[in-house]
Amino acid sequence: MSIMKEENIFSKELIAFIEEWKEKPGNLIMVLHRVQEEFGFISRESADKVALMLDMPLATIYGVLSFYHFFKMVKPGEHNIQICLGTACYLKGGDALVDELTNLLGIELGGVTEDGKFSLEGVRCVGCCGLAPVISIGGEVFGKVTKDQLPGIISKYN
Amino acid sequence: MAFRNYILVCGGTACESSKANAIYEALLAECKAQGVADEVQVLKTGCFGFCEQGPIVKILPEDSFYVQIKPEDAKELIAEHVVKGREVKRLLYTKDCGRKHARVEDIEFYQKQFRIVLRNCGFIDPENIEEYIAREGYVALEKVLFEMSSDDVIAELRTAGLRGRGGAGFPTWMKWNFTRQAESDQKFIVVNADEGDPGAYMDRSTLEGDPHSVLEAMIIAGKTVGSNQGYIYIRAEYPLAIKRLEIAMAQAREMGLLGKNILGSGFDFDIEIRLGAGAFVCGEETALLASIEGKRGMPVPRPPFPAVKGLWGKPTVINNVETWANIAMIIVKGGDWFSRIGTADSSGTKVFALTGKIRNSGLVEVPMGTTLREIIYDIGGGIADGKEFKAVQTGGPSGGVITKEYLDTPIDFGSLTKLGSMMGSGGMIIMDEDDCIVDVAKFYLNFSVDESCGKCSPCRIGGRSLANLLEKISKGNGELADLDQMIEIGEAMKKASLCALGQTAPNPILSSLHYFRDEYLAHIVDKKCPAGKCKSLISYNILPDKCIGCTACARKCPVAAISGERREVHVIDQAACIKCGVCFETCKFGAIEVR
Ligand SMILES: Cc1cc2nc3c(=O)[nH]c(=O)nc-3n(C[C@H](O)[C@H](O)[C@H](O)COP(=O)(O)O)c2cc1C
Ligand code: SF4
Ligand code: SF4
Ligand code: FES
Repeated sequence: MSIMKEENIFSKELIAFIEEWKEKPGNLIMVLHRVQEEFGFISRESADKVALMLDMPLATIYGVLSFYHFFKMVKPGEHNIQICLGTACYLKGGDALVDELTNLLGIELGGVTEDGKFSLEGVRCVGCCGLAPVISIGGEVFGKVTKDQLPGIISKYN
Repeated sequence: MAFRNYILVCGGTACESSKANAIYEALLAECKAQGVADEVQVLKTGCFGFCEQGPIVKILPEDSFYVQIKPEDAKELIAEHVVKGREVKRLLYTKDCGRKHARVEDIEFYQKQFRIVLRNCGFIDPENIEEYIAREGYVALEKVLFEMSSDDVIAELRTAGLRGRGGAGFPTWMKWNFTRQAESDQKFIVVNADEGDPGAYMDRSTLEGDPHSVLEAMIIAGKTVGSNQGYIYIRAEYPLAIKRLEIAMAQAREMGLLGKNILGSGFDFDIEIRLGAGAFVCGEETALLASIEGKRGMPVPRPPFPAVKGLWGKPTVINNVETWANIAMIIVKGGDWFSRIGTADSSGTKVFALTGKIRNSGLVEVPMGTTLREIIYDIGGGIADGKEFKAVQTGGPSGGVITKEYLDTPIDFGSLTKLGSMMGSGGMIIMDEDDCIVDVAKFYLNFSVDESCGKCSPCRIGGRSLANLLEKISKGNGELADLDQMIEIGEAMKKASLCALGQTAPNPILSSLHYFRDEYLAHIVDKKCPAGKCKSLISYNILPDKCIGCTACARKCPVAAISGERREVHVIDQAACIKCGVCFETCKFGAIEVR
């Protein structure tokens, strides 16, 4: 289970970051961001480790993790597809894109495909409302997306 | 060194995602290849605001405005415009002016705008402090450090009449003054860059296009109220803005504008960035401060206000990004100058993110007192696709709808509140005849329910009940009594919720019920959705006299609900139909009707 192992190992940079922030008040959220940046999500093992390193109860960490939508507690797919659910995108047919993508991939919002290739995430306004409706895959933003384009866009990542 | 041409490439998030970076690289490469690299400077700037036409490239000194540029166009732009001095006509924006030469001032989108907050967006390279300084940057800070007393600064803000742009419109000078007068060993300066309204991106563009305008104002506030530590709380979803802030902070430090002994004045001030993590309620100031402290972002009752008891219990000035971006200009040009812009109720300008069913979607800055009609029709170019205007929502999930009759209302804090909406942070969403008012209210309510922190029951339970009632109505199960019940719950939430999230969450319902009661009644009494949006209340039908039996719809229907032989009229089995609308979009003969 090499993957599991990788998920448990904090890189040197990550450890240095935590050491740097350790004494700063209000550091927890910044540390969690950094952990998620490294692994794409925050596993139970990571949370344990953060608890140890910051000398903080695990309950406090889970309290924060569960409060903030941005933090993921399950591993996202290799390609995380973000669909904008902001107002501008909604009015321009973002909900139809959700239907089509859940259809195409056979997963719900928040789900991961069985092969681990794709995950679907609904996000709030990504700030490109002029391009609504918008989806974003691994940082690449697609604007004025129509239902018909979706199979083509997805196949680029397959 | 002077350059023959300056080429400005929009590097805002919207354009950046539509390949601005590739265009920038291509332009640089072409300049080299065609031997003009020494004569031309290519810059990546902040958002030009005209996102609908992006990516945009502007070439100075001719002020040529090129739109919808692709990386492949770089070669022609350099060869023709720069080398031969001929504009590339096919790429110019020509819509609003008869002339071929489209200058920025000819474009209607910009004509009624007046830029204070966005003064530098699209004109400077936000990653180069020298360019900010060249446009009067850090002049205000010098004045505050060496010429003005704290009293002077506060008096100037008071004369200016600047009110907070984060939504509530509280006078900025009063906040600063409370913090200044508070006795404490430590005080803090905080920038609210959480920008939670879904469908608004004013603050993002300001930070991406002109980060120093916010940094400079923070240092000014620090000096004025006696604080030497600032925090910028920004959404993690804004990576480009975060990057540009980091670069700006590093450059300011290097030039002695940030850190110890700023410009030799003996005043120390430093800034740290803190990331939000996707919770709308953290835009509320007390929740935001809790979040900076590393906790769950739950609001606490005010008073005490943060100005007196804020971050870690210390007096804290917290303002919205746009509020901050006004400060330096007020110091440079004077409060009197600022107070003459706008209306008596609200001075200065306001930035709006104009989106939805509008022809020119984008970021606009107008003097307060501009009418909705001017923004929507003169700047925004009216409704897209020749449809009918229905309503405009300001204030996002906390605001309400405004109808046709009120389009000539001059916008300011007071006038929008009077109409049952609010200024909010600047989201302006345009709806047309295809948008269902019940559906939109449901969208906003679901948003507020998702984002409620759950601390107080009026918001937690009331919001859920309202969302359920809307769901019931949109499913066709509504009863007349539901309307009164919604008003009752809404009014109770307004009075009893702890923070403004719960207090304003019913606004989208209350205002739409006020202006569009008929549409609610159509859902409840006639069991119809006039806009054809609520799936339970519509049916798709094939018009026998228009259907030519091409079989296109039948082949596309995901549940095989359509039957019929080739060249014969097709029929939809209503019991099987899932109302996905595919057949409607597929039919080329207009033979499918939504009822
Ligand atoms: C639910 C909720 C969300 C808010 N979101 C924001 C926001 O995203 N940005 C912002 O500047 N202010 C937001 N505010 C307003 C802040 O509480 C606060 O009034 C503002 O930061 C003060 O700055 P100003 O005086 O410059 O407007 C929000 C308030 C509430 C109740
Ligand atoms: S009104 Fe809503 S968001 Fe505000 S404190 Fe109460 S439950 Fe939380
Ligand atoms: S709306 Fe969808 S399910 Fe219904 S008939 Fe048309 S294609 Fe089939
Ligand atoms: S609403 Fe989707 S990008 Fe703003």
